[in-house]
Amino acid sequence: MSDTQWVAACGVEDIEEEDVIRFDHGDRTFAIYRTDKGDWHASDGFCTHERFHLSNGLVMGSVIECPKHNGRFDIVTGAAKRAPVCVDLKKYPVKIEGDTVYIQI
Amino acid sequence: MAEPKRNYSIIGPESKRAQERGLASAEWYTSPIPRAKMKELMKRRNGPAIRDTIIWFGGLVILGYLAYLSWGTWWAIPAFLAYGVLYATPGDSRWHECGHGTAFKTPWMNEVMYQIASFMVLRSATPWRWSHARHHTDTIIVGRDPEIITERPPIWKILLLEIFHLYGGPNEIRRFFLHTVGRMGEEEKEYIPESQFRKVYWEARVYLLIILAIAGACVYAGSILPAMFVFLPSFYGAAVVITFGVTQHLGLYEDVLDHRLNSRTIYMNPLLRFLYWNMNYHVEHHMFPMVPYHALPKLHEEMKPDCPAARPSLWAALKEVVSALLKQKKDPAYVVVKPLPPTARPYMYGIEHNLDIKVQA
Repeated sequence: MSDTQWVAACGVEDIEEEDVIRFDHGDRTFAIYRTDKGDWHASDGFCTHERFHLSNGLVMGSVIECPKHNGRFDIVTGAAKRAPVCVDLKKYPVKIEGDTVYIQI
Repeated sequence: MAEPKRNYSIIGPESKRAQERGLASAEWYTSPIPRAKMKELMKRRNGPAIRDTIIWFGGLVILGYLAYLSWGTWWAIPAFLAYGVLYATPGDSRWHECGHGTAFKTPWMNEVMYQIASFMVLRSATPWRWSHARHHTDTIIVGRDPEIITERPPIWKILLLEIFHLYGGPNEIRRFFLHTVGRMGEEEKEYIPESQFRKVYWEARVYLLIILAIAGACVYAGSILPAMFVFLPSFYGAAVVITFGVTQHLGLYEDVLDHRLNSRTIYMNPLLRFLYWNMNYHVEHHMFPMVPYHALPKLHEEMKPDCPAARPSLWAALKEVVSALLKQKKDPAYVVVKPLPPTARPYMYGIEHNLDIKVQA
């Protein structure tokens, strides 16, 4: 049996296109994204370089820029794209049901 | 009893102390700006930086040509001084902005300009990218920030030598040699990840090849003229770089978690702002480093109700810095702190100070 579960993270109206919000669940924190194409993604909330939350960052197309050091990740793959970021971001599956965005954690 | 002199090394005891006190990689104060406004301010554009780059290099070509014509006459002194200032000052600010990756919208443009500007100001591109990231993580936290210009009490010799980049410049050249032979300084190991070492070594080798090529051109020409255009301006043109640099943080708090206490915003005229790429809005830049230089005046307007008044001019800021440094020579605990407007949220000191801080309101 899988240890993961689908958790309601936010409503589809809560995030504009090309934006990101924070979602906290228990003692964990996540970033939920919507790219310029309108597709949804989720990742760990903190940047892998230093402990700064990506929800205050800037989404450009399908790239998120960390608000503190301007490191960048590919939102779709989680890949580190620009120093000082070197470690990829952990991604989580996302699904939309009705007006709700779920992430599998 | 007077406080013992602090150790500013980032591999010394102060580093551990800062971590124990919760000052390392800490959460910093940010002014409340609505998300929609921040998104607007953070938006990237190529236009302003392309325009400014054309003006900058165009200016260098014109001043360089005038300097070339003046060579061998007394006119060469002001001509090369102007060329050197236009070479090194925007070299520094372009290095900075492109290092953050915010100046241009297109990533490769930031990277190309970053590499060019890094050489122009003789800063190893990759080590300084990481050093500057640390400066933003732990701004003016003693034992953590590798970019504190001078400690308290101030070392005047460093500041005076930096007028011609004669403190930092030789240090950098020493580091180029170290990197060229595949070695890294102990302090650098503290903030540069091992995965980047190879890149650092190759960059240094390229830098040294360029320097050797310039030296070769001088030998071939039987004159230092080639070096007067590339390499030497990093030294003889550095006066404005250090003038701007000392106004950023000196004389203000150390070991706080609020950029309103350790950084200085200054009003400057359009020419200085062009040279400096709006880094006179230094509180704003540190609090929100993802806002590009061209949007900093607008960010300043948004943050105004939450910040102390900007210093009215570069001159006023310099007077404040020199006066504070003179006082710190006798009393290292002295700092300048400006009152906040009634609309502002209180300063976030972040820690209990055990220093006997004397403030100037």
